[in-house]
Amino acid sequence: MSEHISSVKLYVGIWLALLLCTGLTVFASFQDLGPFNAIVALAIATFKASLVVLFFMHVKYASEKMTKLTIVTAIFFFLILITLSLADYLTRLWT
Amino acid sequence: MPSSEAAVANQAHDPALLHHFTTAQQQKDAASFGMWVFLVTEVMFFGGMFCAYLIYRYWYFGDFGAASRTLDIRLGTINTAVLICSSFTVAMAVRSAQTGKRNAIVVLLLLTIVLGLVFLGIKGVEYKAKFDEHHIPGQADFHLAGSVPLHPDIPVNQAHAQMYFSLYFAMTGMHALHMIIGVGLFSFLTYEAWKGRYSPSYYTPIENGGLYWHFVDIIWIYLFPLFYLIERHR
Repeated sequence: MSEHISSVKLYVGIWLALLLCTGLTVFASFQDLGPFNAIVALAIATFKASLVVLFFMHVKYASEKMTKLTIVTAIFFFLILITLSLADYLTRLWT
Repeated sequence: MPSSEAAVANQAHDPALLHHFTTAQQQKDAASFGMWVFLVTEVMFFGGMFCAYLIYRYWYFGDFGAASRTLDIRLGTINTAVLICSSFTVAMAVRSAQTGKRNAIVVLLLLTIVLGLVFLGIKGVEYKAKFDEHHIPGQADFHLAGSVPLHPDIPVNQAHAQMYFSLYFAMTGMHALHMIIGVGLFSFLTYEAWKGRYSPSYYTPIENGGLYWHFVDIIWIYLFPLFYLIERHR
């Protein structure tokens, strides 16, 4: 990967942001947001995962595009798995 | 200079460079790509279980909510924080390898191992509580008391609740297994780092070990809301 060396400050910032988001998602789970509870929880989780991938796993500074392509491939095939499966199960009660 | 001589010259220069790679950068890129492809297979592995979770969460919506409430949200939150701290120490260990600070690598990797063991210990306490409460799927005396959220007249369906706990133990158990493997991996890397095997020009094992640990952290980032937080708001 890259020779890029991130500053300690950046790592500490990401670390604190992840802890903050954890507190936020626990707080949000106790609020009645109607159908949005699950969406908010998954959105915060995805934001946290993005921080980890981009900064802790250095993908933001990856020298080659291959790494990014690999990640996009993983997400793409995971979404195929979820979308096609749920397209079946979620519509079984339709008449 | 003929390429064969160049290869010999390279090898004499840097013993870490294998002869079938032209440059250290190429070797590093290849190792990194291999690690990422492995992580893709891991996404598919956990993806199947996440898919199963989503389907059953949709089918047994109320029973999953009732079962989710029995998990200890306090311990779950602490464990999430512990895992995030361990990801931070790994990221700092990789940085120490990049800057060639041997002692810092050893200390940070040891900290990571300790945090990983703390996580597993807390998980063990949570599993023990589930055994004490008879929330183990397949147990003859499995029983989840109470009613479906918002429907005090509908008691929890025991079979559906067992499906929740089956997924809970399968997914957190598989995650814990990955943590145990990670702790073993880092024990080896700590020993190697202590021997001075890694330098700013060669620290691929630490970087790839770090990628593995961060991936396991990301799995937990999704497990935590899906199992602990789905039914706290009513």
